[in-house]
Amino acid sequence: MSWIWSNGDLIWDRTLDHLVLSVPPIILSFLLAVPLGALANRYRASRGAILSSVGLLYAIPSLPLFIVLPVIVGTSARSPLNLIIALTLYGVALMVRVVADGLASVDPDVRQSAAGVGFSSWSEFWQVELPLAGPVLLAGLRVVAVSTVSLATVGAVIGVQSLGSLFTDGFQRGIQAEIIAGIVATVVLALVLDGALVLLGRLLMPWTRKSSSRVMLPLTPTPLTPTPLTPTTTPTTPVTR
Amino acid sequence: MIEFRSVTKRFTTDVVAVDDFSLVLPSRKITVLVGSSGSGKTTLLRMINRMVDPTSGSIEIDGVDVASLEPVKLRRSIGYVMQNSGLLPHRKVVDNVATVPLLRGVPRKQARREALELLDTVGLSRTLADRYPSQLSGGQQQRVGVARGLAVNPNILLMDEPFGAVDPIVRAELQQELLRLQQELDKTVVFVTHDIDEAFLLGDQVVILRTGGLVAQIGSPTEILARPADEFVASFVGADRGKRALHLENHGGGELVVDSEGRLAGVLTRDTESGAAAQGRAGR
Repeated sequence: MSWIWSNGDLIWDRTLDHLVLSVPPIILSFLLAVPLGALANRYRASRGAILSSVGLLYAIPSLPLFIVLPVIVGTSARSPLNLIIALTLYGVALMVRVVADGLASVDPDVRQSAAGVGFSSWSEFWQVELPLAGPVLLAGLRVVAVSTVSLATVGAVIGVQSLGSLFTDGFQRGIQAEIIAGIVATVVLALVLDGALVLLGRLLMPWTRKSSSRVMLPLTPTPLTPTPLTPTTTPTTPVTR
Repeated sequence: MIEFRSVTKRFTTDVVAVDDFSLVLPSRKITVLVGSSGSGKTTLLRMINRMVDPTSGSIEIDGVDVASLEPVKLRRSIGYVMQNSGLLPHRKVVDNVATVPLLRGVPRKQARREALELLDTVGLSRTLADRYPSQLSGGQQQRVGVARGLAVNPNILLMDEPFGAVDPIVRAELQQELLRLQQELDKTVVFVTHDIDEAFLLGDQVVILRTGGLVAQIGSPTEILARPADEFVASFVGADRGKRALHLENHGGGELVVDSEGRLAGVLTRDTESGAAAQGRAGR
């Protein structure tokens, strides 16, 4: 334990390094996956082609990818950029399918009526389909976030500082506390990002919270009261209207 | 005025949804297209705002061929109400009503203010404005759908089985509300339903369709009931049976109206009050 107390600064620095390595790929993979997923969802022919090729991305082992990437992109072998690009590719691999499935899950009646009242296909995509796919996208993004944080530790092997450096260093020097600190900090970081995404989802998709509370909707508006997420905890007394 | 000229729609070479359909829908009247499923009634409705384009033939609105109009712009000028309200689940009631004005570039503040006024028009409390559609009852959602259809003050209102998914009591309420609204607003309404009672209640002009978009009969409810064109129409409107085949029975001086199954439908009265009511309806 004493190792942790005397190396708090180191753990904190590596946590920040880790954050800098994992947040851009999460955002980038989302931004790239939206148009790809939309394209996959739009045409029958593109769906198969896009989904199977991005699916293959995930099958590329990470270490060879780290060796090949600098050659392709022209970065130096130890640049953190390699790691960010690799993690983005893995994120895209997971996320494109989620976007395609999320868009496909939007109620056809709602799409039909949106077209009927005069949404152009562009505005319908941004104002109707994408927001309504939101809950599915969020679920996918949470998986991407946690997976990215965990994958980012691999950076240590190719000389990019991250929380993974605590494992490798701990192994080499036989400091068990350092290894454990690395593992725990990685898990905590993943949970923090996951929590941040859930919070963001609640802010951006307020309708998903309120629709679950239909039965217990009070006659007087109480907009700031958070509604419990699990329906089992809501009181079942019917409210007469 | 909306006019269909020899309109045919084939979805595939052997599936004909609508076959050589011609009809004039007079302005400021309610025209009801009624038929069972597969009769092409929804297809006909959707050809007016170009959600479906005909294979051949043309549709004109006030003499302008809709094929010459840009679909998105055309749709934004026509009210559209569908079954299950078709509201956007992620937008509050007030924003749902303001949807089309916002698409047309009306400033947000003005659009919201007008949306609130429309809630009054369709008989909804303004306290519902900030709720999401899923927090409303089916009948309330349908009223919001009507308010949204009216939001750009269109001349034409297309209604695709708008009251099909609500219970009979609420449906009757909504039907009366539509008749009240129509008296105030004077729209050209195209209403699609499979319910002949609804068609007779709402329609100034009723079009009875059979499978494949073939017209069985066009006329006012009175004309159709009095002179059904053929067996199909007679059986579709139920003129030969049940509660529409009525006869009089005299019981001790009182004239009772009885249906074909022997159910008492009511008493025959000949006072001035019912005469005035009948005239009121005819003058609508």
